Amino acid sequence: MAPAITTLAADAPELSAANTGFMLICSALVMLMTPALAFFYGGMVRVKSTLNMLMMSFISLGIVTVLWVLYGFSVAFGTDSGGLVGWSSDYLGLSGIGVTELWDGYTIPVYVFAVFQLMFAILTPALISGALADRVKFTAWALFITLWVTVVYFPVAHWVWGAGGWLFEMGVIDFAGGTAVHINAGAAALGVILVIGKRVGFKKDPMRPHSLPLVMLGAGLLWFGWFGFNAGSWLGNDDGVGAVMFVNTQVATGAAMLAWLAYEKLRHGSFTTLGAASGAVAGLVAITPAGGSCSPLGAIAIGAVAGLVCAMAVGLKYKFGYDDSLDVVGVHLVGGILGSLLVGFFATGGVQSEAKGLFYGGGLEQLGKQAVGVGAVLAYSLVVSAILALVIDKTMGMRVDEDDEVSGIDQVEHAETAYDFSGAGGGASGRATAPAPVVTENKKVDA
Amino acid sequence: MKLITAVVKPHRLDEIKEALQAFGVHGLTVTEASGYGRQRGHTEVYRGAEYTVDLVPKIRIEVLVEDEDAEQLIDVVVKAARTGKIGDGKVWSVPVETAVRVRTGERGPDAL
Repeated sequence: MAPAITTLAADAPELSAANTGFMLICSALVMLMTPALAFFYGGMVRVKSTLNMLMMSFISLGIVTVLWVLYGFSVAFGTDSGGLVGWSSDYLGLSGIGVTELWDGYTIPVYVFAVFQLMFAILTPALISGALADRVKFTAWALFITLWVTVVYFPVAHWVWGAGGWLFEMGVIDFAGGTAVHINAGAAALGVILVIGKRVGFKKDPMRPHSLPLVMLGAGLLWFGWFGFNAGSWLGNDDGVGAVMFVNTQVATGAAMLAWLAYEKLRHGSFTTLGAASGAVAGLVAITPAGGSCSPLGAIAIGAVAGLVCAMAVGLKYKFGYDDSLDVVGVHLVGGILGSLLVGFFATGGVQSEAKGLFYGGGLEQLGKQAVGVGAVLAYSLVVSAILALVIDKTMGMRVDEDDEVSGIDQVEHAETAYDFSGAGGGASGRATAPAPVVTENKKVDA
Repeated sequence: MKLITAVVKPHRLDEIKEALQAFGVHGLTVTEASGYGRQRGHTEVYRGAEYTVDLVPKIRIEVLVEDEDAEQLIDVVVKAARTGKIGDGKVWSVPVETAVRVRTGERGPDAL
């Protein structure tokens, strides 16, 4: 995120209609990434858990939105205390914010900043859901999101982006969320799956993606929305940095897709659509922290490294036996770490800040700071997420019954079926009941 | 009467239909099926994980005929279904006790 531009002139910045309009559009683009992610993940699971996968992302649009208004924005971006959390009573319920009040040091209203950041807060827990496919009770997941954003995302966003946040003040570069979003979500995913365990039949039964077109659609929309995520994170266009970020986002993503496909072709013999989609997402993840400090050629290098390394990293789960179902760890954690550390090599010192990376004569200083940021967010998120999952598992239980998991979580948790292609209605009988007085005896229906 | 069943490659359906029409068959039933014979399956790779897909998509065509036409009709189906490659499928016949046309109640060969 941009340092405040107060140094440009003595007088306070004024509201910019251009920046405000741009940021509202960027907010809408980032919002789109959550449904896009839902389709990206939804296509990768088997038919029987498609709807659950979609809903695990969609529910975040509800829960996190409400929490953000109530207290999330205050914890993430309120007045700093100790570098660890924020708190401003004006931000509670977004009720003490003036309509024309500007975000400190910027040319956009606080409301615009708050809604832009909200979209990040929604996406991050949704990212975790890909590791938990097929097996988590929906109520347990909703509770997990609520607790997780409260004690992990909101504080970590403060560390990384809040004025006074300890990583922010240390000079860790995270343009748009390599640490706060991707390492955070990836480490949380790892923490939760170590607690809840594998899907029934992991490594034994085939678990092929049921719809690769959905995966491609989701990946394409993620790529599109990511321009808002990345270029918007500069919060305005007064100095061209956001435009550099935009360019680097495109460049790294293209390079990463090529690298993943090349690896696959050499290693497994084919160029797959899943590889293209995964490579693109790996590139998007890796350029997220780095795109505001590297050159376009640097972005090609970062993207290529991310595509290659993530393509190799997704195989680790089979080796170590943890069921990272849709490779949240392999793509988001690994890609986030790569991008965050590569800033320490590829920062030119001529874009978002003067900090130079190793390849531009900056020595090891920036790399060291990046490593601290990576390690801190990874460790905190991993440990706290595992504890949250453990507490929920011991009380209400995280997983659905084994029988329900095998027969399909969609019917058990949502009482719906994703696809009905049969003219006979899949054997459904009975008729739709009117919403008006239907007397039921509260009979428990066997699913 | 005989029931001729053919489990063949999906893309041969049109040729088989045309050949049967030319032979004078008035009706048939087609269902999608999957299975394997000597062809076995193929391998798919998803993010490096290899899956052997051993059930291959096929179509199943069923035709009822009178006994004296059965052998000839089998030849017609086999000729239209053949590509000469592995996985072309199988055709077989079984005796049928009776058949009824639902609308009129006609029985036996009259129902065909």
